[in-house]
Amino acid sequence: KNIQMNRAAAPGPNAAFHLPREVDLDEGLVDLDLRNDSDTPDVPPPTDSTPEILKRALSGLSARWKNWWIRGILTLAMISVFFLIIYMGSFMLMLLVLGIQVKCFHEIITIGYRVYHSYDLPWFRSLSWYFLLCVNYFFYGETVADYFGTFVQRREQLQFLIRYHRFISFALYLAGFCMFVLSLVKKHYRLQFYMFAWTHVTLLITVTQSHLVIQNLFEGMIWFLVPISSVICNDIAAYIFGFFFGRTPLIKLSPKKTWEGFIGGGFSTVLFGFVFSYFLAQHQYFVCPVEYNSETNRFVTECEPSELFQLKKYSVPLLLQAVLGWETVNMYPFQMHSIALSTFASLIGPFGGFFASGFKRAFKIKDFADTIPGHGGIMDRFDCQYLMATFVHVYITSFIRGPNPSKVLKQLLVLQPEQQLNVYRTLKSHLVEKGILQPSLRG
Amino acid sequence: LDSVWKNWWIRGILTLAMISVFFLIIYMGSFMLMLLVLGIQVKCFHEIITIGYRVYHSYDLPWFRSLSWYFLLCVNYFFYGETVADYFGTFVQRREQLQFLIRYHRFISFALYLAGFCMFVLSLVKKHYRLQFYMFAWTHVTLLITVTQSHLVIQNLFEGMIWFLVPISSVICNDIAAYIFGFFFGRTPLIKLSPKKTWEGFIGGGFSTVLFGFVFSYFLAQHQYFVCPVEYNSETNRFVTECEPSELFQLKKYSVPLLLQAVLGWETVNMYPFQMHSIALSTFASLIGPFGGFFASGFKRAFKIKDFADTIPGHGGIMDRFDCQYLMATFVHVYITSFIRGPNPSKVLKQLLVLQPEQQLNVYRTLKSHLVEKGILQIQENSYS
Repeated sequence: KNIQMNRAAAPGPNAAFHLPREVDLDEGLVDLDLRNDSDTPDVPPPTDSTPEILKRALSGLSARWKNWWIRGILTLAMISVFFLIIYMGSFMLMLLVLGIQVKCFHEIITIGYRVYHSYDLPWFRSLSWYFLLCVNYFFYGETVADYFGTFVQRREQLQFLIRYHRFISFALYLAGFCMFVLSLVKKHYRLQFYMFAWTHVTLLITVTQSHLVIQNLFEGMIWFLVPISSVICNDIAAYIFGFFFGRTPLIKLSPKKTWEGFIGGGFSTVLFGFVFSYFLAQHQYFVCPVEYNSETNRFVTECEPSELFQLKKYSVPLLLQAVLGWETVNMYPFQMHSIALSTFASLIGPFGGFFASGFKRAFKIKDFADTIPGHGGIMDRFDCQYLMATFVHVYITSFIRGPNPSKVLKQLLVLQPEQQLNVYRTLKSHLVEKGILQPSLRG
Repeated sequence: LDSVWKNWWIRGILTLAMISVFFLIIYMGSFMLMLLVLGIQVKCFHEIITIGYRVYHSYDLPWFRSLSWYFLLCVNYFFYGETVADYFGTFVQRREQLQFLIRYHRFISFALYLAGFCMFVLSLVKKHYRLQFYMFAWTHVTLLITVTQSHLVIQNLFEGMIWFLVPISSVICNDIAAYIFGFFFGRTPLIKLSPKKTWEGFIGGGFSTVLFGFVFSYFLAQHQYFVCPVEYNSETNRFVTECEPSELFQLKKYSVPLLLQAVLGWETVNMYPFQMHSIALSTFASLIGPFGGFFASGFKRAFKIKDFADTIPGHGGIMDRFDCQYLMATFVHVYITSFIRGPNPSKVLKQLLVLQPEQQLNVYRTLKSHLVEKGILQIQENSYS
């Protein structure tokens, strides 16, 4: 049992900045990570996944037009599927978001495998999917507990899962962590750590965003539809403006983007959002928070629309009065919020797209995957949506609503009796002070 | 002295120095401990980021060092803002400017983060895309590890200093005890990753840690200073730890299981319920804590470094000392929120006061009927409908 001291005598104060010899010898390994064009295997050109039908129908056209047609047809197909699922309701939308999340995760992880040639890494594919499952379990468990309180309370087995939910999720995650440590293999340490980090960053991006999208959805379908459609509209409008008027390049990262497209797309998106909100706000189906009706066992969206969705008279600013000729106009307050959402979609949303472009250039891939013929992978369609989802959620919690009342009640009922009594008394005096609670006449 | 003994002396002296500083800061109170945790977090972040720079030769990357520190600042602002709002409610309510910051805290934090994100995108330079993305990911993973853990450590600390001291000392005790047992009895290697660890050390260290935690908790639980949640007293403008100790910290009679009765000769014993919880904490520290150490060992082998940094002579970097603590902090936090206490009552009250009036009224009525049902509220008190 030799006690080997690993270190020489304590080095001087600047030692931290001098590379120990081991790292210098490591250059070969580092260069492996930063191999230039010749070494990084280019992703093979996407296998043509267009359905046979389309290929036959378009066989007569030149390659460029064929591409356009394929792209156009797929766009229409996606939009139709989207409308269908909206019609089918919030639960189907939730499943759709979940499915998209899983596919995005799969696409990004697959890129990681290709970059690091790590298909044969022991255990790793199973571990990545296991972590995805754990994190989803944690987030969806919290959502279910909050929103489906009545559903849950009637089932005894679920009570246990809900009460100790965090502990169970943490234990599941720990099991995965320990499996990772036990799976470390001598020659592949660095690769395994890279894949571990890659998995975690991917989870951070995809799962948290999809969770926030679903929270927005449960607030009311309009909070889901308006942001998503604003981003899509911005993409399309910026493209069209760039096509017709594009002259000044916007950013070196995406040479096809132009300032004309950016600005024109921005104004179009704000206008689109404004008008689209007007139509959506009239229907309870889009405006009411999703609730679970325990009698009918279904999701319902019926409610008294909140103030945001009731017409109000606004006085038109003097500048516009001359143009429009109206003195007052009836609008939904929500339309004001839609301006904020659309502005974000056109100003900051594109940064998500630039981030994805930079990522693709960094890893020398043309598209994230070949899932959608003509469009690339699911991530290619959703790269701008990410920041949007978080922004909408932060916007709602900061400006629109406070906490979820049933969640607050749930926390209250778990407190100690003395704490409950204190809260009760403070709440009562607050309500009386505000005049919300009237003292009754009995003694 | 020859170099082996010199190393031992340096290591030993620094260990004593660190322990003394730790005791001093405990004596100075919770606020100083919070600053200590914050300082350690920043140093750990710095160490890991520096390793990233070395691995990727990215010292000259435009903007990147500033961006990493900016993200650290943003995430800390977010977490500490939430903590301040929860725990220092009275302090905050008296200052008007802070009200705005608190009310829109999430939005402000998000806006700050977004600014950093956009700066990152704008800083992407043609030849260095991959490097920049790697450093971006490295920064985020490091933030995830260091900042969230330190935030949880501070939340545990505010629950009561005992929830900070017992876990940390259990991990340290496990390290030392496993080393001693391994030194004297070590024969069977434990894991290929760390060839010096042995099963004898692991098991011996485990039992010692549980015993240590049990005894240590007994002594700590007797003092209000360690047991009471930290509160901010707005009159004296100081942190106070005075309270009526909760049930966990009041002696209870336990009947000794029959097996132990023969050994110890007692039929009942007076213990603090907290000591039972300390068994759970110490068991985690000895079973799962080492995995944090193996993770750090694997990391050092993967990137071919001997230590995270040279901050502490004889010991390496701050990360080297704290690698086992990470999982511990999260476990203690999850343990507390799952088994010990419910949500923080002032936080619940804060949320209540932000609801819409009709929602408040509904909650009030539901709460009232619940309290009446449980007999906590007497009907005579209720002169309001």
